[in-house]
Amino acid sequence: MAFFSESSQLATEFADAFAVMTLRAGFNTALVVIGTTCLGVAAGVIGTFSLLRKRALMADALAHSALPGLALAFILGSLLGIGGKQLWLLLAGAAISGVLGVLIVQGISRTTRIQEDCAIAAVLSVFFGAGVVLLSIIQGMGTGEEGGLHHFIYGQTAAMTRGDALLTLMAAVATIMVCTLTFKEFRLICFDRGFAAATGWPISTIDFAMMAMVILITVVGLQSVGILLIVALLVIPPAGARFWTNRVSTMIPLAGCIGGVSGYLGSVASALLPGIPVGAVIVLVAGGVFFFSMIASPTRGLLGSTARHLWMRIRIAEDHLLRGIYERSEQMASSAEPHPGVYLDSLALTRHWNWLGRLLFLSWCRARGWIEIRRDKMKPEEAPDREEAPFGTILLLTPRGWEQAGRRVRNHRLWEEYLTTFTDVALSHVDYSADLVEHSLSPTIIAQLEASLATRKGAAWLLRKHRSIHPLDGTPETRASQPENHPDNIPPPSR
Amino acid sequence: MKLFSRTTPVSSLAGRPEHSPTSPLSVHAMTVAYHQRPVIWDVEYEAPAQALIAIVGPNGAGKSTFMKACLGIIPRATGLVEFWGKRFEEQRHRVGYVPQRESVDWDFPVSAIDVVCMGRYGMIGWFRRVSREHRSRAMECLEMVGLSDFAHRQINQLSGGQQQRVFLARALAQEASLYFMDEPFAGVDAATERSIVEILKQLKADGKTVIVVHHDLSTVADYFDNVVLLNTRIIAHGPVSSTFTNDNLRRTYGGRLTILEEVGESMASQR
Amino acid sequence: MDSTIYQFIALDLPPLLAALFSAIACAILGSYLVLRRQSLLGDAISHSVLPGIVVAFLVTGSRSTIPIFIGAAVAGICSAFLIEVVRKFGNVDESAAMGVIFSTFFALGILTMEQAAARNVDLDPDCLLHGQLETIFWYPPNDWATFFSWSTLGSVPAEVYASAIAAFLVIGFVVVLWKELLISSFDPALCHALGFRSDLIHHTLMVLLACAVVASFKTVGSILVIALLVCPAATARLCTDRLGVHLILSVVFACVACSTGYITAAFGPQWLGYEQSVNVAGMIAVMSGVLLGGAACFAPRYGIVARRRTGRR
Repeated sequence: MAFFSESSQLATEFADAFAVMTLRAGFNTALVVIGTTCLGVAAGVIGTFSLLRKRALMADALAHSALPGLALAFILGSLLGIGGKQLWLLLAGAAISGVLGVLIVQGISRTTRIQEDCAIAAVLSVFFGAGVVLLSIIQGMGTGEEGGLHHFIYGQTAAMTRGDALLTLMAAVATIMVCTLTFKEFRLICFDRGFAAATGWPISTIDFAMMAMVILITVVGLQSVGILLIVALLVIPPAGARFWTNRVSTMIPLAGCIGGVSGYLGSVASALLPGIPVGAVIVLVAGGVFFFSMIASPTRGLLGSTARHLWMRIRIAEDHLLRGIYERSEQMASSAEPHPGVYLDSLALTRHWNWLGRLLFLSWCRARGWIEIRRDKMKPEEAPDREEAPFGTILLLTPRGWEQAGRRVRNHRLWEEYLTTFTDVALSHVDYSADLVEHSLSPTIIAQLEASLATRKGAAWLLRKHRSIHPLDGTPETRASQPENHPDNIPPPSR
Repeated sequence: MKLFSRTTPVSSLAGRPEHSPTSPLSVHAMTVAYHQRPVIWDVEYEAPAQALIAIVGPNGAGKSTFMKACLGIIPRATGLVEFWGKRFEEQRHRVGYVPQRESVDWDFPVSAIDVVCMGRYGMIGWFRRVSREHRSRAMECLEMVGLSDFAHRQINQLSGGQQQRVFLARALAQEASLYFMDEPFAGVDAATERSIVEILKQLKADGKTVIVVHHDLSTVADYFDNVVLLNTRIIAHGPVSSTFTNDNLRRTYGGRLTILEEVGESMASQR
Repeated sequence: MDSTIYQFIALDLPPLLAALFSAIACAILGSYLVLRRQSLLGDAISHSVLPGIVVAFLVTGSRSTIPIFIGAAVAGICSAFLIEVVRKFGNVDESAAMGVIFSTFFALGILTMEQAAARNVDLDPDCLLHGQLETIFWYPPNDWATFFSWSTLGSVPAEVYASAIAAFLVIGFVVVLWKELLISSFDPALCHALGFRSDLIHHTLMVLLACAVVASFKTVGSILVIALLVCPAATARLCTDRLGVHLILSVVFACVACSTGYITAAFGPQWLGYEQSVNVAGMIAVMSGVLLGGAACFAPRYGIVARRRTGRR
């Protein structure tokens, strides 16, 4: 029996939740959910502009400075006898003192040596302190209505009336419309104020319009999200959207979506569980999306970029090792022993590797089938002719390793040639991670580079060799001339 | 099996010189990358001892990056940097560094002498205070750059040239054998420039090596005896007379500067 | 003992002492934050310690100081670390990175706090946010003879000790690491090249900041602590160009803000004829703001008036 009643209770709860989520739990609830969702969308949209304008935390100062205005409006309302909880009065008070706070921040950072971030922190804390003082005075007045102000600090949608929800909705829709209509202008001044001014745009008017939208959303959002957290709604969705795109035109709808989803889930949760602070839920949803984006985004995400960075390091290390062995063996090769081994210790680059990195990396190269690792069994006393010989690990290239190394060496030389030939355009094309030069450059350029590489003395061996690695072309005179006439055009250092 | 002995000079990349352990700075196969794009690409360099070396190259060629990567201030993707044949960590006290003037907050509440004392911090070590000897040594360094009257002046009340000289005094206070200076001539007046050059020459005469990121091509030949032409990779390096040629400059700057021609001509007429 | 004096010692002295000690700790740390251009980091940390405090409280079920300290310090360090991660790897502008992290942490704190409140746990959100200096009081012995004894010390409220310890920790930190702090704040690149670990110094600073914030949350609350961190330091910034003087001045300003704020809040309404006293922490913030405003206008060299007069920018 107990089980049935429990499960039926669960079913009703689920049905309730479903009704709220699909906006069928009464007109008021639906309005609140729609209003908060739109607020999220609008905040995401206008937040994108303020983030790009590097004013992300100005909204925080704005919101915190709104508290004394709210409290004063409440006191004024009570004294005038129209009641403290007139929403229009409260929001007007909030807007006025919020704007005052922002103006003071700008005044301080422009006229004194105090930096803007410091001014923001100072103003928001001082205004909030003043608000707290006024709240304690209101408490002393004993009007019995002061609980209503509390909702503005943490945010509470459950107490929203139909009018409140409609106001939120209207403000949000207005903001979205303004941002859509003036998208071009907003983007312009976010990107390049100087250019915008020079081409005759009224930048201060546009700037003001943008700030007005931020103020509108902040003030309206105080009710549902609260003073302490409204800034999150303006910062987190755009910051999260930034991971997925480099284009403002994509970033804005994306930020709007993130904000909208957060607002929707937050208000639904609040409708179902009246005790829960909506603002916190909204921010946590947005924060969750942000962290997901930061980790998972393929282009700018943490996982992707860490993997790419690691891969690049491995590639560069591979390059150095293979080229090192290749060129060393090249010098050492004789007709009797065309593929001599190379002492690991003789490769300068490995000198500062730690043992773990060395072990992992050598195992990696062996697993790819490029090198063989041998231990030199000879004891020092068995080879007295070798003074100070490096007894230890010997590296040998396998046939696959030779092929790979030949390719890498050719690739490297071609890049070098390219950088010297096309100095002024080269930088933007160089991609170290490209497997082959062919992936980044056109065949004509490569042919040209190969031709110019071949004209250098001693370079012919390389071009020949990377095409026919086996059998090793070991004509003694090419090899003998190789170290001096290295195609690398770095001259020997002057001592 | 024939294996080469270690007594012959070895290097991981054949055809590249093995660096001598007496060189103040040897850079081997150094690559610094930012988001897959190399900023410094496979640089091979050995600085001569007791020389004034200019690093020259176009904007964004990675001149400052080269310095910072050598000192480990920014990470290297790969490469080996040795100071007198040892790692930087073991030779820290012998290496001085003068960052770009804009890299610090000149509104910071310290006086000139405090800034110069910072050069002694490496010798003093963690936790210990700045002793009187260190302070008087710092004062001597300020005197060398001609700023002893300004020792207790706040740094924001100094002119750009004076601020640069304070930085130089701080480097002198480090008493290093090798100095890296990132654009010491940026935004200084002609008189300061001359006095800085005097100090650099004095440093060289004392057997020290100074590596300077330099912008002004027209003064390279006057101020320096050695030059490194850098554009992502080292295009050329060596004595000014043989390296600082029109051809090398064009390869470095890629024909972007017409002024190069004039510089080359003036160089030729000087010689 | 005179009854007014006794009343002062019992009711006013402990909160005043607690506020003063936290003011000292905050002012010194805040000076470094302002000079390192990291003022908002103070804002961020003071928001971020909230979930740490609540979780520590929920886990141990007690309001004892040590677990709460640990919880807050852990949360503070986590948030400082995450801000670094978001800024570096996410390529997000520093202030936005702070906004993201501190608001998420703070939301988490509020949510867990509401949950705790739902379970009838005695944890008042307002106390953490606005501080409740008024609740700190003391029952000292009622006559001077027994007043000066060791047992008296034992009865001093724990909050006073906590903020005193924080203040001494901070002072000790600055005295011992004076030159390291100086160089890592002024020139991080040289700091690195000379072999001083500027990251280590930064993290130590963050740990201390978290400690100071926790020590102060009972007195001025976790939001108004920002006022004590930033305002006195900014005021001092306008008045001097020497680091030592800067630190001393910011401590002085913080103490002045605390005592005047306390006096106005506790006695001001009575002088005006009201029964009710107003929130002390809020008043302290307002007073520190008044000091800052005064300095911005009338500071000898960097104030607006002085600048107008000398025509200097």
